[in-house]
Amino acid sequence: MFKLVKLVAQRLGLGVLVLFAVSLIIFLGVELLPGDLCQEIQGQAATEETVAACRKELGLDLPAATRYLNWLGNIAQGDFGVSLANQREISELIGVRLSNTLFLALVAAVISVPLALVLGILAALYRNSWFDRAINVVTLSSISFPEFFVAYILILVFSVTLGWFPSLSNVSPDTAFWDRVYRIILPATTLTLVVVAHMMRMTRAAIINLLASPYIEMANLKGMSRSHIILHHALPNAWAPIVNVIVINLAYLIVGVVVVEVVFVYPGLGQLIVDSVQKRDIPVVQACSLIFAATYVLLNLTADVLSIVTNPRLLHPR
Amino acid sequence: MSEPSESTVGQTADAVPPKPPRQRKLADAWRELKKAPLSAKFGLLVISAYVFVALFAPVLTPYGESEIVGSEFEEWGEKFILGTDNLGRDMLTRLLYGARNTVGIAFVTTCLAFLIGGVAGILAAALAGWVDQVLSRIIDVMMAIPALIFSLLLLTIFGTSIPVLIIIIAVLDSTRVFRLARAVSLNVVVMDYVEAARLRGEGIGWITIREVLPNIMPPLVAEFGLRFCFVFLTIAALSFLGLGIQPPTADWGSMVRDNATLITYGDVTPLLPAAAIALLTVGVNFVVDWFLHKTSGLRDEQ
Repeated sequence: MFKLVKLVAQRLGLGVLVLFAVSLIIFLGVELLPGDLCQEIQGQAATEETVAACRKELGLDLPAATRYLNWLGNIAQGDFGVSLANQREISELIGVRLSNTLFLALVAAVISVPLALVLGILAALYRNSWFDRAINVVTLSSISFPEFFVAYILILVFSVTLGWFPSLSNVSPDTAFWDRVYRIILPATTLTLVVVAHMMRMTRAAIINLLASPYIEMANLKGMSRSHIILHHALPNAWAPIVNVIVINLAYLIVGVVVVEVVFVYPGLGQLIVDSVQKRDIPVVQACSLIFAATYVLLNLTADVLSIVTNPRLLHPR
Repeated sequence: MSEPSESTVGQTADAVPPKPPRQRKLADAWRELKKAPLSAKFGLLVISAYVFVALFAPVLTPYGESEIVGSEFEEWGEKFILGTDNLGRDMLTRLLYGARNTVGIAFVTTCLAFLIGGVAGILAAALAGWVDQVLSRIIDVMMAIPALIFSLLLLTIFGTSIPVLIIIIAVLDSTRVFRLARAVSLNVVVMDYVEAARLRGEGIGWITIREVLPNIMPPLVAEFGLRFCFVFLTIAALSFLGLGIQPPTADWGSMVRDNATLITYGDVTPLLPAAAIALLTVGVNFVVDWFLHKTSGLRDEQ
C-alpha cells in the first residue's frame, strides 16, 4: 500500500510541476512578440509616450518574473485580467462559456464511452470476423475525417434534409435542460463519432493484448468457461489500459470541441479562443489556453493515477 | 542483426539471378505491390492521383487560381463544372489548386517536423546523459499542452502567414517524432557496430546518419504517413477556423468555411474540399496500415 501511495504522490507532484511549466510557457510566449503588447495594441498609431503610458498601465515596466507571479496570483483568485478587444473582465467572458463547453463534452462522453467499450470488446472477442473487419475499416476512415466534414454531413442530413435537429446550437444560460440537450445533439454526435473510433481501437488492442498472455491460455487449458475467463481473469487487468484510453479521449474531447463549436456556432470556450486569435486579443487567448491546457494536463494526470490505482499488481505487493 | 531494410529483400531475392541492387529492389517492390491488399492498392492509387493533380494543376484547370470568372455561387453546369464559390471563382479550379497548396504545405511541414524531431531524437539517444535529459524534459512539457491550443496561442503571437504556420506546426509535431525516433534509436545505439564506429573515432554526425538512421527507417516511414495525416488535418482545421492558409491561396479548409452557407440550402459543393481531405487521409492510412503489417515482423525482432 505504501508503494502505491508513493507512486501516486510522485505523479501528482510531477503534475503540479508540469502545470507550472505550462503556465510559464503560456506567459513567456507573449514575451516573444516582436516589440511588446503595447506596440501590438496601438499598432501604427504608437508614439513613444503612448506606448510608455500603456506599459505603465499594464505593468509591463516591471521585470518579467514579478509580472509572472502577479499574473499567476491573480488567476488563482479568478482574475484573468481584461480583454484588449472590449475591455471586459475575462473571467466574466469565460464563466458561462466554460460551463457550456464542459456540458457539451460531458454529453459527448456519456454517449461515446459506453459505445466505444462495447464495440471494442465485441471486436476483440470476434477478432478477424467480418464484424471486426467492418468496424476496423469504418473506424480507420472516421479517424481520417476532419471534424468539420463529419459535422457538415450531419447538418446536411439531419438538419437540412430531415429537419430533425437545429443546425445552430445557440443556447443561453436560461435554456431549459432538455431543450439544451436537444440543441446540442448534433455537435455531441460529431464529437462522439470522432472519439469513438480511437477509443474503440485502443480498447480492442488492450483486450487482444491481454487475451494473448500466458495466464489466459492457462485458464483456457484448465477448461474454464469463456465468460468466467473474461470477467475474472481478463477484466481486472484490462481496467488500467481501458480507463487510460477513456480519460485520454476525454482530454481529446476538450480540445476537439474547438472546431465543432465553430461549426455549430455554440457559445463555448472554443469559439471564444478562435474569435480572440482572429482579433489577436492576447490576454483572452492566454486565459483560454491556460484553461484548456490545465484541463488536459489534469485529465492526463487522472489517467495516470487511475492506471496506477487499478493495477492489481500494485494493490497486492509481494 | 542484419539491416532491417535488407532482411525482407534478402530472402526473396536469393533465387533471382543477380541483378544490380537498385533494379533488384525495384523488382522486389513491384512484386510486393502486386501482393498488397485491395485497401493498400486503393490508397496508393489515391495518393498518386493527388500527386498528379498537385503537379499538373495549372494544366488541368480551365481558369486561374484566384481569377473571378462568374457571379457568386453559380450552380453546377457546362461552364463551371462544380459551380463558383462565394466570390465567383471556379470551384473545380480551386479544388485542383488546393491539392497543390494544402497537400504541399502539409508535406513540407511534415518533412520539417521529421528533420527536427528525428535529428533531435537520434542525438538524444546517441549522446544520452544530460543532452537526453534536457531534450526529453522540454518535449514532455511541450506535449502537455494540446497541439491545437498551443498553435492557436503561437499564431496569435506571431500572426498568420504560411511560413509561420509551417514552422509552428512542424515544431509542435516534431515532439512526437522525437519520442519515436529516440525510443527506436535507443535499441540501436547499444549495438556493437555503433560501439565499433565510436571506437574508430567516427563523429556524432556519422553515427547518426550512417549507423543509426538506416536501422530505424521502417518505423519512421510508417510514422511519416501517420504524422502527415495529422499535420494535414491540423492545417485543414486551422484554415477552416480562418487561422491557417490565408486567401486568396486556394485551400481546402478555408474553401469549406467560405462556402459553408450553401449547405443550409442542401447543396453539397462545400463538402467536396472536405471530402478531398478525408479521401487522402483515408488513402494514406490504408497504405500505412499495410506497411506496418509488412514491417511488423521486423519490429518484433528488435
